[in-house]
Amino acid sequence: MRKLLFESLFRRPFTERAPSPDDAAVIELATAVAQAARRRLGRSLSIREVDAGSCNGCELEIHALNNAYYDVERFGIRFVASPRHADVLMVTGPVTKNMRDALERTYDAVPNPKWVIAVGDCAQDGGCFAGSYAVVGGVSEVVPVDLHIPGCPPTPTAMLKGLLALLERVDAGATAT
Amino acid sequence: MPSLIDLMLEGRQIQQHSPWPRAVVDGPVWNFAAGELAQGRWSLLGLWGEPSTVHMAIMDEPTAEIAVVSLDCPDRAYPSVSQHHPPAFRLERTIHDLFGLVAEGSSDRRPWLDHNRWGVRFPLGDRIDALSQASPYRFLPAEGDGLHQIAVGPVHAGTIEPGHFRFTASGETVVRLEQRLGYAHKGIEGLMMDASLERAAQLAGRVSGDSTVAYAFAFSRAVEAALEMIVPDRAVWLRALLAELERLAHHLGDIGGICNDASFTLMHALCSVLREDVLRASNTAFGHRLMRDIIVPGGVTHDLNDEGTEIIRTTLDIIRLRFPALIELYDNTASLQDRTVDTGVLKPALAKQYAAGGYIGRASGRSFDARRTLAYPPYDRLRFDVPVLREGDVNARVWIRVREVEQSLSLIDQILDRLPEGPLRAKADPVWEPREGMAIVEGFRGDVLVWLRLRDGRIERCHLRDPSWFQWPLLEAAIEGNIVADFPLCNKSFNCAYSGHDL
Repeated sequence: MRKLLFESLFRRPFTERAPSPDDAAVIELATAVAQAARRRLGRSLSIREVDAGSCNGCELEIHALNNAYYDVERFGIRFVASPRHADVLMVTGPVTKNMRDALERTYDAVPNPKWVIAVGDCAQDGGCFAGSYAVVGGVSEVVPVDLHIPGCPPTPTAMLKGLLALLERVDAGATAT
Repeated sequence: MPSLIDLMLEGRQIQQHSPWPRAVVDGPVWNFAAGELAQGRWSLLGLWGEPSTVHMAIMDEPTAEIAVVSLDCPDRAYPSVSQHHPPAFRLERTIHDLFGLVAEGSSDRRPWLDHNRWGVRFPLGDRIDALSQASPYRFLPAEGDGLHQIAVGPVHAGTIEPGHFRFTASGETVVRLEQRLGYAHKGIEGLMMDASLERAAQLAGRVSGDSTVAYAFAFSRAVEAALEMIVPDRAVWLRALLAELERLAHHLGDIGGICNDASFTLMHALCSVLREDVLRASNTAFGHRLMRDIIVPGGVTHDLNDEGTEIIRTTLDIIRLRFPALIELYDNTASLQDRTVDTGVLKPALAKQYAAGGYIGRASGRSFDARRTLAYPPYDRLRFDVPVLREGDVNARVWIRVREVEQSLSLIDQILDRLPEGPLRAKADPVWEPREGMAIVEGFRGDVLVWLRLRDGRIERCHLRDPSWFQWPLLEAAIEGNIVADFPLCNKSFNCAYSGHDL
């Protein structure tokens, strides 16, 4: 183990430069983020992820956000274990009827101010599962959505762009105050 | 002892079913088959329904013979298999939830996927209105002094899929775990009905995100079996390349993930980097990090060019360079071994009874690997070992994955060296009469089974059976007597699919 740790002292870090925030996402957010957010949150976001019925593809890419290449924590973005610790609810999947209740209750448990990010094509409108007897549809059918990151699944880079857009918006809101 | 062939002769054989035979049998033959499963002479591969029929796929492991027996149930009931053979319990409960067919004699009639939220009962059979008031789900009892319950989920602390675990513990020790699943049920088999082949392939690739290649592979092979299509050689080899890249990525992720659940984050960080390298190579080579929608009936949609070959080879070199040090780190860290050795032991007898596939079966003495046992192309022409251990603990499940990473590296080398030239996709001639096909493909988690019937060139019925059906119940057995704090570790070492199971 010492050898591996020693090596990492000299090796260049795996972590890559941040992508520029997604313009489309910035516009989508324009009305979403309250001006007081910066004061309350600083430049950090705690995210609670909820799989509301996805195929697990989006979760795999959300996991990748935490690997050394993307290292999402360097931006102050953290995934937390409880909705009560979260500022942002990140929801994947078409919302299944069996998960609707759990999603609503998780949303209610997140303290204000809070935002909801819907991740993936299914989270927008149910995707290829829309119309099933077991599916409610997109996330916005159940809880209000502030930002949507499309893709099947979206790449970690696409998600990072969306998250950075959210942070910038929080910053801009603070400057305007 | 009668062979599966004899069993087939007892029934009315269905002509258009391939590659394995299917026969419609009567009640006594159905019961006989259930008895043979209970005796351990045959293995249950699947049990699924149609509006007034039940089907059971069985395998004779020593000879690798496979057959499907079907029973008509005009009275909406059939003799329960689970009363003889417990692995059928959840499958029978599912058949009742979806089709309303009753397993007579079963001691567990509780709903499984149906949480009374669909607004309808028996959605794939004769639909009736949902119950106005759902009775609370009855968890199995555990009685004794000082026992307490811990309820976890469906929303978990980590970024994982939804499911509920009900622990009964005595102090720190788990006395009983009962799972409740179905939260991710999307009604995929309902959406499959009357779908075009194109849409059905898209759905199949979204049953379980981490096995998107395996599902597309199995679905496509089932369609090709039904339509007697010949897949071009280059596509056959590219499919195996995709499958091995998928296996490599998820095994690397799992090895790190298991160590992470023992709070050994260094392994997790370093394995995640290798995993990301594989996903990026897949993206460069095939245009999608998870390689979704590349395998389709008739062949593949994306060719491999020189740049793709180059990046895959480079990635293999990186893994060969860095992975051995990680294995050494795992093997030589006593505090980590202390957590994984002798934890969450699955006994070989249970793995055999449940015909558990993948690393779960192979860590507990069951050598089945569809690539070897069924030798579907191109694996019949590739050299590889199937690692098997008997300890059945978390450590054994880690080692099976380590060995399979090494095998996948070798397989990818062989495929790249011998990849034939030629077309990528064959076109299907339209066939209007009903045709049935079945396929079993080894995904990273275990054997994925797809059975389907085509009519007028569309899907009439498609059943997709995830390996998790026969792995989830074993987690309940493996965790007994372990401490609650070791559950994440055991769970990750199983890494069963929620969406793949819930459909």
